[in-house]
Amino acid sequence: MAKGRVVIDERLCKGCSLCVINCPMGVLELDSSKLNEKGYNPATPVNADKCTGCAICALMCPDVAITVERGDN
Amino acid sequence: MSEKILMKGNEALAEAAIRAGCIRFFGYPITPQTELAAYMAKRLPKIEGGVYLQAESEVSAINMVLGSAASGARAMTSSSSPGISLKAEGISYIAGSDLPCLIVNVQRAGPGLGGIQPSQADYWVSTRGVGHGGARLLVFAPNSVQEVIDLVFDAFELAEKYRIPAMILSDGLLGQMMEPVVFPDRAPVLLEKPWAANGHRDKRNKNIINSLYLQASELEEKVRQRELRYREIEEKHSKASEYMMDDAEYAVVSYGATSRVAGSAIDAAREKGIRVGLIRPVTLWPFPSKQIFEKSKNLKGILAVEMSSGQMVDDVRLAVNGNCPVNFFGRTGGIIPTPMEILSEIEKMSKGDIK
Amino acid sequence: MKTVFQKPRSLSDTPTHYCPGCTHGIVHRLVAEAIDELGIEGRTIGIAPVGCSVSAYNYFNNDMVQAPHGRAPAVATGIKRSVKDSVVFTYQGDGDLAAIGTAETVHAATRGENITVIFINNAIYGMTGGQMAPTTLEGQVTQTTPYGRDASIAGNPIRVSEMLATLDGPGYIERVAVDSPAHVRAAKKAIKKAFETQIKGKGFSLIEVISTCPTNWGLSPGDAMVWLRENMIPHYPLGVFVDWEKEENDG
Repeated sequence: MAKGRVVIDERLCKGCSLCVINCPMGVLELDSSKLNEKGYNPATPVNADKCTGCAICALMCPDVAITVERGDN
Repeated sequence: MSEKILMKGNEALAEAAIRAGCIRFFGYPITPQTELAAYMAKRLPKIEGGVYLQAESEVSAINMVLGSAASGARAMTSSSSPGISLKAEGISYIAGSDLPCLIVNVQRAGPGLGGIQPSQADYWVSTRGVGHGGARLLVFAPNSVQEVIDLVFDAFELAEKYRIPAMILSDGLLGQMMEPVVFPDRAPVLLEKPWAANGHRDKRNKNIINSLYLQASELEEKVRQRELRYREIEEKHSKASEYMMDDAEYAVVSYGATSRVAGSAIDAAREKGIRVGLIRPVTLWPFPSKQIFEKSKNLKGILAVEMSSGQMVDDVRLAVNGNCPVNFFGRTGGIIPTPMEILSEIEKMSKGDIK
Repeated sequence: MKTVFQKPRSLSDTPTHYCPGCTHGIVHRLVAEAIDELGIEGRTIGIAPVGCSVSAYNYFNNDMVQAPHGRAPAVATGIKRSVKDSVVFTYQGDGDLAAIGTAETVHAATRGENITVIFINNAIYGMTGGQMAPTTLEGQVTQTTPYGRDASIAGNPIRVSEMLATLDGPGYIERVAVDSPAHVRAAKKAIKKAFETQIKGKGFSLIEVISTCPTNWGLSPGDAMVWLRENMIPHYPLGVFVDWEKEENDG
């Protein structure tokens, strides 16, 4: 099980990619298969198993769309 | 009841403001109101919670008033004509944010840098809200140092009751002259301000003080609500005093320092048998239109006298609505009309000699 | 698992109107985090400027006042001097603070007004569609410098932090950036220090935050961060310019 978990509020995401770019583990991608209410491709954890809960994605998210959890396995 | 003291207009205004509970003054020096600021600079630091701050400009000063008023405090600034122009933006924001405050304009001759002697050439600007956007200010026009004092209390109370800025429209003459006055035993009536932005202290929802409404329908509703308050003010709070109007066939309409001169001219005219009286607006906004309209029904002529090229006369004509001829006499440049000049105009009017 | 990152309490739930990738969102959050950590929301009054962040009053849960363009430090002064124990911050862009509001900025600083100014420097006027700002770089293309800013015509960019550091009133001035996680963390620290400066009554505090405007720079959010790093930081070096604590320790 991954050390960390991110929960992205897709309604708030504006698809800016800052989380995608800054995630050191390549956990996130913009999901080109869906559009949120605002018309953006929301970010989504495609490699959730790699997440360490470092919260860099949340640090860089201008829309406070990301909540991060972390635990010891 | 306090004793009579001799005081200069500018200083009496400052003292009255303090007694009316306003202990926050933000200003900038400009002739002929600087004594007001200097008086505040001496008095306020000695009062618990008193704030005297000389700002870097009149622009900054009015914005400090905005902040202070937004936080629920009684705040004021004072300036003279060119400085009032600078305050136009801030006054518009204060009015658009529905905040009370007091602005004192000790008028000097203009336009531009003009002169430093008395004038009444800011009438239009003051009664039309000073700033952009169609807001109103309460505008009070005292004509004696005693009245300056009394109107300061009224100004703050009405400003807070209706959440509208107030102006005392003084002039260089009133600001400089010294008269015996009595400070009333009048405790300031301080209203609760649940809307103020003074920190919610986890006890209420947050307050926002703002004048931006990008949704046109929302802004129109805001303006409409404000206009309702304006109508109520016009209904209840316009004031003009009358002198010798009971049997008058003619009237002089004049305010502030000019009305003192007009009073002398009227006495002289009466001695010559001309039945003339004085209607002296004390509130310039709301203008005592109804009162003047009613009086004008029985008059043969009205003479508006101002220290300008004719500004209040517009409102007189609107109020009279054609009931009788309205004439105008004025001096500009900082010159104060003499009783003889006004008498001469009254005589001309009574002979039907004025166009 | 426990939650290690969530929205700060003093940031409202209202979704912001800012463009995708606009760093306003990051800085708003940092300010809210500082307010939360210092436990001051109840006595904080924030002042919104004119600019893209004019509606900042919707995004914070403390009391807010909207100020005329450039006048926020004067409005802040009026509030700070009227409400005992208030914590007052302004949030201003480069036009607001360094063009029309220069006098208000300089004089609040020199008065040592105990307020905290968050200065968003993105070298452009965002709200009005991308015109030159006082901090626009030489050669930078904007709507009103379509051939690139020519110093001989349009003057030179202003380094606000350095300029204010020459005054005696400031207690804490630092320039930070929000282009990378490390910088964002440093920016948060600086903002918190600024609020602490105010709370301790140590004078005027200002944090200049080098920020992006992807829309008006014509870059993607990620590329804008790179542009910031490569062009703005060299001209606006990050660092502390005034530190009351250091001065007290050295003195």
